[in-house]
Amino acid sequence: MKMRKVKRYKYQKLQMRLAAVFLIPWVIGLILFNLYPIFSTIYYSFTEYNLMKAPDFIGFDNYIEIFHDPIFYQSVYNSFYFVIVGVTLQIGLSVFSAVLLNMKIPGRGFFRTVFYLPSLVPPVASSLIWMWLLNPQYGLVNSFLKLIHLPQPLWLSSSEWSKPAVILMTLWCVGNTIIVYLAGIGNISGEYYEAVELDGGSSWAKFRFITWPMLSDITFFQVINGIIVGFNTFTQSYMVAASSPKSNGTLGGIKNSLMFYAVNIYNESFKYLKFGYSSALAVIMLIGMIVITFVLFKISNSGGNDR
Amino acid sequence: MSKRKIKFYLRYIPLLILGAFYFIPFLWLISTSLKGSDQIFSHPPKWIPNPVLFGNYKESFEAIPYLKYLLNTIKTTSLAVLGNVISAPMIGYAFGKLKWPGRDKVFLIVMATMMLPFTVTMIPLYSLFSKIGWINTYVPLFLPDFLGKAYFIFLMRQFYLSLPEELLEAARIDGASELWIYLKVAVPLVKPAIVTVALFSFVWSWTDFMGPLIYLTKSEKWTISLGLSQFTNSYGVDWALLMAASAIAIIPMVILFFFLQKYFMEGSINSGIKG
Repeated sequence: MKMRKVKRYKYQKLQMRLAAVFLIPWVIGLILFNLYPIFSTIYYSFTEYNLMKAPDFIGFDNYIEIFHDPIFYQSVYNSFYFVIVGVTLQIGLSVFSAVLLNMKIPGRGFFRTVFYLPSLVPPVASSLIWMWLLNPQYGLVNSFLKLIHLPQPLWLSSSEWSKPAVILMTLWCVGNTIIVYLAGIGNISGEYYEAVELDGGSSWAKFRFITWPMLSDITFFQVINGIIVGFNTFTQSYMVAASSPKSNGTLGGIKNSLMFYAVNIYNESFKYLKFGYSSALAVIMLIGMIVITFVLFKISNSGGNDR
Repeated sequence: MSKRKIKFYLRYIPLLILGAFYFIPFLWLISTSLKGSDQIFSHPPKWIPNPVLFGNYKESFEAIPYLKYLLNTIKTTSLAVLGNVISAPMIGYAFGKLKWPGRDKVFLIVMATMMLPFTVTMIPLYSLFSKIGWINTYVPLFLPDFLGKAYFIFLMRQFYLSLPEELLEAARIDGASELWIYLKVAVPLVKPAIVTVALFSFVWSWTDFMGPLIYLTKSEKWTISLGLSQFTNSYGVDWALLMAASAIAIIPMVILFFFLQKYFMEGSINSGIKG
């Protein structure tokens, strides 16, 4: 008995030694790519900094300037619009697609591949494809809308339709989320459905009272992930500006309707070289993300207690 | 037709509608990429190009140094894959199988870093790397992969946790060293997970845009995504060439998917159960 204890202790020491070695790269990465940037961003946010000269401490001036900047409010509005509408639709479409793909019918392997493929397309390429599909004059989408006598919006060339157009681009690439939901649905025991069938419940009742509640953990994670990705939307907006001859390299789309928060940070840093100002924007974003995640955790926990 | 049969076929209708949404853009991409400029702007749109211009692909290779971008992308991507394949199994093992005090609490830090977006960290990183002289090199793009990406560490840890402890204990009782156990017992058992890590890091690195955009200012260093994004600057908006160039950027992903479909699905599934 005593012998074993001694031996076990020795094993653990050896394990700890190997763990220490294996964790060296992680610790370096944590410092270099996470801790150092976070603290420097906070420091830069109180300075005027253009990369050429050393940062010059100016207190809260950047933050005061931000709260007087209409572009800031525009970008916050755009990002919230994009995240709230976008994430809701992404989740809805993913769950619906997963339920369809879960049907035991011939050819579902083929449909799974088709539903998944768009998520492998590089964002730059998918932006280009959708810009062409949504071309107001020659695009496939508008010629289809014309065929069925619906109004044909100007999509990316109008300030009202540009955000829905970008949301449509992201809806095309939900393959990952679909697969996650599909696996989640596969894990639900058939007995629950049998119980609903005995009560004479419809397919909708099965979804409403079994499938959807059983997927709540997955949904929670996908919502948080979607919010983080959503607030960092950049590529689509960049591509729209890059291929519009009138923009002259300015990002943000028609009437700044595609000036998302991350686009604003990029603009202020790499177009205007206001690194102190953009750092303050990044700090506000970080605080916002922490608050949103915290609130969502609280809400989901209180929901869990009710059940 | 019997009522049952009608019901059977009705189930395909939503599948076909959504399938059209997901698939038609690909068909339209290929169709446009093979058209001449007179056919692109036609009402109503024509699906079958006439004549079929395969030359668009050749031209898009020549319009910009696309082959060079392709080689650059292969370079950055293979370095990223190499980095992740080395770092993720090691670090994941330290969090999943090795016992040390405070392990699961420290793992929460890994989870937290997974939520830290690049937009927040890019300014100091750009400033630091420009001081070191790493702008227009691939180091800032692949270094994070060698130091362990949080998502891949998480993925590997999940796989290690599912391994029965007895296998490692048996090797320990036989007097095997900890490093030997890792290399000869643990790693062979998590090979499928390592393939998944390799695949996803390939896709992420291949499709990455913001990193190359910030760190690579010289066009001879550009990757395919970056080159594609600047295509319109050097060549104007020529949709046939743009679609041919896009297709070239997509094809490697599609080929990879058809050979390794199973691993893609596994990786996606695991990404959903984190937290």
